[in-house]
Order: sequence, then structure tokens, then C-alpha cells
Amino acid sequence: MKRVFAAVAALAVTLVLAGCGQEENKQQAADKPLPDPIRFATEGAYPPYNMVDSSGKLTGFEIDMVNEMCSRMKVRCEWVVQAWDGTIPGLQAGRFDAAISGMSITPERRQVVDFTVGYASTPAYLVTAKDNPLQAVTYGMERVNLDEIDPAEQQAIDLVRAQLKGKTVGVQTATIHADFADKYLADVVDLRRYDTQENMALDLQSGRIEVGLADAVAWEPFLDRPEGQAYSFFGPGFDGGLFGAGMGIALRKGDDKLLDALNGAIRSLKEDGSLRKMAEQWFGFDSSMP
Amino acid sequence: MDLTLIQTSLPQLAAGAVLTLELVLLSLAAGIVLAVATAFGRLSRLRPLSLLVGAYVFVFRSTPLLVQIFLIYYGLGQFEAVRASLVWPLLREPYWCAILALTLNTGAYGGEIIRGGILSVPFGQIEAARALGMAPGLMYRRIILPQAFRQVLPAYGNEMIQVVQASSLASTITLMELTGVARAIAARTYQPLEVFLVAGAFYLLLNLVIAQGVRLAERRLARETRR
Amino acid sequence: MLDLLQFGDSGWGDEILRGAGMTLVVAVLAYGIGLVLGSLSAAATLAGGLLLRGAAAVYTTVVRGVPALLVIWLLFFGGGSAATWAAGLFGFSGRVDLSPFVIGVLAVGLVSGAYAAEVIRGAVQAVPAGQLEAARALGMQRGLILRRILVPLALRYALPGLSNVWQMTLKDTSLIMVTGLAELMRVSFVASGSTRQPFLFYIAAAVIFMLLTTGSELLFHRAERRAARGVRRAGA
Repeated sequence: MKRVFAAVAALAVTLVLAGCGQEENKQQAADKPLPDPIRFATEGAYPPYNMVDSSGKLTGFEIDMVNEMCSRMKVRCEWVVQAWDGTIPGLQAGRFDAAISGMSITPERRQVVDFTVGYASTPAYLVTAKDNPLQAVTYGMERVNLDEIDPAEQQAIDLVRAQLKGKTVGVQTATIHADFADKYLADVVDLRRYDTQENMALDLQSGRIEVGLADAVAWEPFLDRPEGQAYSFFGPGFDGGLFGAGMGIALRKGDDKLLDALNGAIRSLKEDGSLRKMAEQWFGFDSSMP
Repeated sequence: MDLTLIQTSLPQLAAGAVLTLELVLLSLAAGIVLAVATAFGRLSRLRPLSLLVGAYVFVFRSTPLLVQIFLIYYGLGQFEAVRASLVWPLLREPYWCAILALTLNTGAYGGEIIRGGILSVPFGQIEAARALGMAPGLMYRRIILPQAFRQVLPAYGNEMIQVVQASSLASTITLMELTGVARAIAARTYQPLEVFLVAGAFYLLLNLVIAQGVRLAERRLARETRR
Repeated sequence: MLDLLQFGDSGWGDEILRGAGMTLVVAVLAYGIGLVLGSLSAAATLAGGLLLRGAAAVYTTVVRGVPALLVIWLLFFGGGSAATWAAGLFGFSGRVDLSPFVIGVLAVGLVSGAYAAEVIRGAVQAVPAGQLEAARALGMQRGLILRRILVPLALRYALPGLSNVWQMTLKDTSLIMVTGLAELMRVSFVASGSTRQPFLFYIAAAVIFMLLTTGSELLFHRAERRAARGVRRAGA
């Protein structure tokens, strides 16, 4: 009995502490100077956007982009490697000042963080083995935009749903792809959530999952490998709607000074064509947004 | 503190709790069988057997469970030979991989606990049983194991609680048990504290139940002894 | 395949070794925190008033009753705001943030301390009352009794248990990979994802952990023998 009491008391104390912690966040709205250094979080496991190479260094499209932005802004920047699903909570907890992790700008996320202008936009694609019967189906559309679903698009979605029925489908946890799967597929498929895109690809290869859903560009490193040759996209690409309006850098709400500075730097990268060049270097095509 | 969030996420958390319970119960059941076998294997006079079992115990006790889970799930799944083998239908499921890892892990720790219990039975008892002409099987059933059981109960109770904690690692291989659900909700709602506190309270409750159960069992056994 | 473990820029060998170093640093610091927390908690249980006793009971019950992974997640997500709030109490304004390193050390230390508390409490209780009475009868001061009698004797009883706590702490550090800190487990995780050779890298991590746990166990055995050297002389 004493132990039960102790446990309850402990819980109460933690709850109170948690409550106090929450209040703190709201006081930070007042404008303040740019942080020095500006700390950027990235996952480091989402190639080609961001990854860690065998020399232990962060590399990738987003790393190049932010480093270039920082040198144009003439500020010091620091990288923090952050597991994906802790990115927004970590941002809110003040562990870093900005997060760039292939994060799409969605209405849900906009409620809790601010975003810079978009710097890249790529559709989501389903992938399965080339010899899988799913590849032979005609889905009737190249691209489904979820902003306003017309009857033809609805038909394509329904067909995808019907085809995937009963199959095991993988997504990375807490992504727009997981949101899509939750909304359109969860009731008909066996949905698996992975901590990283790479682990999902490993399980696609081992046959634990039959289908994976992810960002088109994030699929490339896997599909380009010898082991990935036996796999390819199928069905329509998806964008718009819950997939959001391209990828942006996330910031705490109210960090307006930092937001303006980052937006300025992204625009300057767009204007002189550097962003396009980086995209072509890392993705093989131009994904940048106007 | 967002009480509506707790309310809306309760059904999901409950489903996660059910999966946690399943993982724990299955691993504990399989684990105790393995633990007894391990204890006897270690005590065996067959040198190769006791060495082999000793190696198993050493490996599983000297590495983190997380490595073991990743090795079984991602490591074994990497090989074509494993994927073509008969065990693949089991190993392809994260559910069975988690149970396998938890069972092997608790089997190693539990085996050492039970071995200690068996060794703690005074030799005079064994001599007495032998003098009465008891066969080894009967002696184990009537003399050694009951006493060893009483001896190991507190330590094994702790081990059971460790299995509950350990089951949280199943979330790292896509299983949506309690920790996995809490983590997914936290990542979606960006309000991690609430769900983690609810999840923590459930674990605490489960462990208190186990601890209480073990204490009751101890008391009962103690009463029987006095009689 | 083994060339993936090479040192230098082409292999992961040096990253893994650095990761192992980080694991060891985190484990040692966490264990240190654990010993301090454990001693304080044991002292509170044995000699504290109702409030202190209750606090110690809450601490050990809760932390030992929830998975270490959950403690890490909690500190990871809530630690920063809690620290900011605590700093506010002492008049500091502004945000206090905790790096994954600090969070890892604190979380594992917190868990370590809860288990150490039980070990230390048991060891202190195992010191025969006669020893303390004898010391008092000789007119020893409290501090001296603590230093010369209680601590050396309790340490002897506590060492095997503390050795277990160390092993657990060392292995628990693997869990802080979820924060992204580049310790042994995280490095193996990243390497296995990027090279698609999970078996190789997790085996490497397992072997390094075995070396660390076995090596440190030998050290503890030595310490146990040292702590017990007076016993043998008395028995001979």
C-alpha cells in the first residue's frame, strides 16, 4: 500500500512539473537577436537530403544548402543530429533553433511551428518489387493531387486501396507518408512504422513488407543500389493536400527574426540558381520551388 | 497538461498496453522453460553441453538487449539463407522477433537465478533423499525444485519486472506496443509529456501487480513451510 | 565486407571506436551520478524524516517501475522545459536546454541511482550493529565512524551489487541512441542503415559491449578482493 501511495504521489509531482514546463514556452514570443550559433537539427539518416558518411560527417542536399545559407548570412551555424520523430518536440523544447530534415510544410505542423518558404517539392511514391503483380495494374494517372480530389483522382485512390488490400505496407513514422497511410490505407493494410527510411528499405528488401511509401527522392539511394534494381515505383505519385506545400525549415513559433533571415537566404539561393544546382547535384533533377 | 489529449489517445494506448501484455506473458512463459533448461544445462556433467550453455548465458548477459533485438530482426533478415529457411515465417514477423529476443534474454538471466537456487539446496537434503532410495527424477520434483523455487522467487520476481521494462524495446522494430504507441502519438501531436506519463503509469501499475503477486506467493510458501 | 570496419574515411572503424569511447564516458558519468543519487536516497531511507523517506521511496519505486527507454524519452522531451523552470526558481531567465549528451547521462544516471540505492541501503543495514556500538564505545566521532567503520564495511557488502548496477548502466547507455547521440549503438545503427550490412555492425557493437562488460567485471573482482582483504586475514 505504501508503495502504491508513493507511486501516485510521484506521478502527481511529475504532472505538476510538466504543467509548469508548458507555460514557459509561451513567454518566448518576444523578439530577440539571432542565436549565435544558430543550431540546426537534422536526422542524418534520410539520404540524399541528409546523411552521415563513413567518415562520420553530415552530408547531403540540405547540409550543403544550410551551410551555404549560413555563409551568406554571415552567421555561425551548428549541426545537431536528431532522431526524426523527436524533431518537432526537440525544437519546442529549445534543443535547437531550426530543423531541416526533409520536413514538409503541412497545416498540422503549422499549428505548432513556423516554416520558411519551401526549398524543394517532390511527390510521394509507392515502391514494390518489379515482378510484383501490383506493377502490372493500370492506375490511370501519373499524379494525384490531394488539394482538390476530382473523380478521376478519387478513382485512382480507390484502385490503389483495392490493390493494396491485405498487404503489408511500410512508412516512416510521423511523416506525411504515415499520415497518408493512416487516412487512406490503414483500414485495409497491415501498416508498419519505421524509425528511419533506411530501415524500411532494409525490410522491403528482406520481404517483411511488400510495399513501401515514401518521398520520391528519398527512394533514389535505395533504387540506385544493386539490391534496389529489382524494385521500382508503381501507381500514381501523390502530392498536395496532407502532403503539404513542399519542404521548409521549421522554427519555433515567434522566432520572426530568424525566420526572416532564413527566408532571405533561401530566396537568394533561388535567385542566383545555386539551389537548382544543388538539387541537380544531389537528386539528378531540379526539385526546387519557385 | 492536456487532459483531452490523454482522453482521445487512451484507446490507442490501451491497444498498445494489450500488445505489451502479450509480449510480456509469452516471453515470460517461454523464458521460464528456457531458464530451467539453461540451469540444468549449466549444471550438466556433460562438459560440451555446460560450456555451450555457459557461452549462451555469457553472450546474452554481457550485451544490451537492444543489440540482440536489432541483430535478430535486421541482422538475420539480411541473409538470403535465413529468408529461404523454415524459420523465416516466424522471423519475418517483428512480433515473433521481439518475443524471441526477450525470451533468449530472460532465459539467460533467469537460468543463472535458477541455477543459484538449485545450488543453494543444502547437500544434506540430497544425501537424505538418496539414502531413502529416491530416484533422481523424484528427488528433483519433491526435494530440490520446491526448495529452489522458494529460494529464487524474489530474484525471479525482479527478473519478471525486467522483462516488462525490456518489452518497451520492441517499439524499435516497428511494434506498436505501449512505448511505440506513446512515441507515435507524441510525434504526431507534439505533446509528448502527457502520453509518456500515461504510459509510465501503466508500466508502474503492471510492475506493482507483479511485485505484489510475488510477495503473496512468497508469503504462501512461507506459511506452507512452517506447517 | 570487413573493409567496412576499416579505419579512416572509407570505413566505419574509427567512428565505431569513437562511439565506444562515448558509450564509456556516458556510462562512467551516469554511474557516478547513480552512486551519488543512490547514496543520498539510501541515507534518506535509513536516517531521514518522513518526507525524505517518502521522496526516496517515490524515486526508487517509480524509476525502477518504468522502462529506462521511457525515462529517456521523458527527459528528452521534457527535460529542457523542466530545467528552464528550475533555473527560473534560482533567478536565471531564459531558456536552458539540455544536449542529448547531458540528457543521456542524466537519464541513465537516474535509473542507475534507483538500483544503486537498494544495493547501498542493503549493505549499510548489513553492517553489524556491534561494530558501530564498539566504535561509539571507543569514543569515536560520527564522522570518524562513518569514514573508518561504516563506509569500508558497507562498501565490502555493496561491491557485488554495485558491480551489477555498473553492468546494467553500461548496457542501458545503448538506449540513448534514440536521442541521436553518437554513441556505440547509434553509430552501428547509422552505419548498418547506410551500408545495408546490419549483421556486421550489430555484431561489432555486441563484441565491443562484451569486451567492455567483461573487462569492467574483472576490475570489480579485483576491487572486491581488495575490499575483502581484511576478512581473509581475520579468518586465517
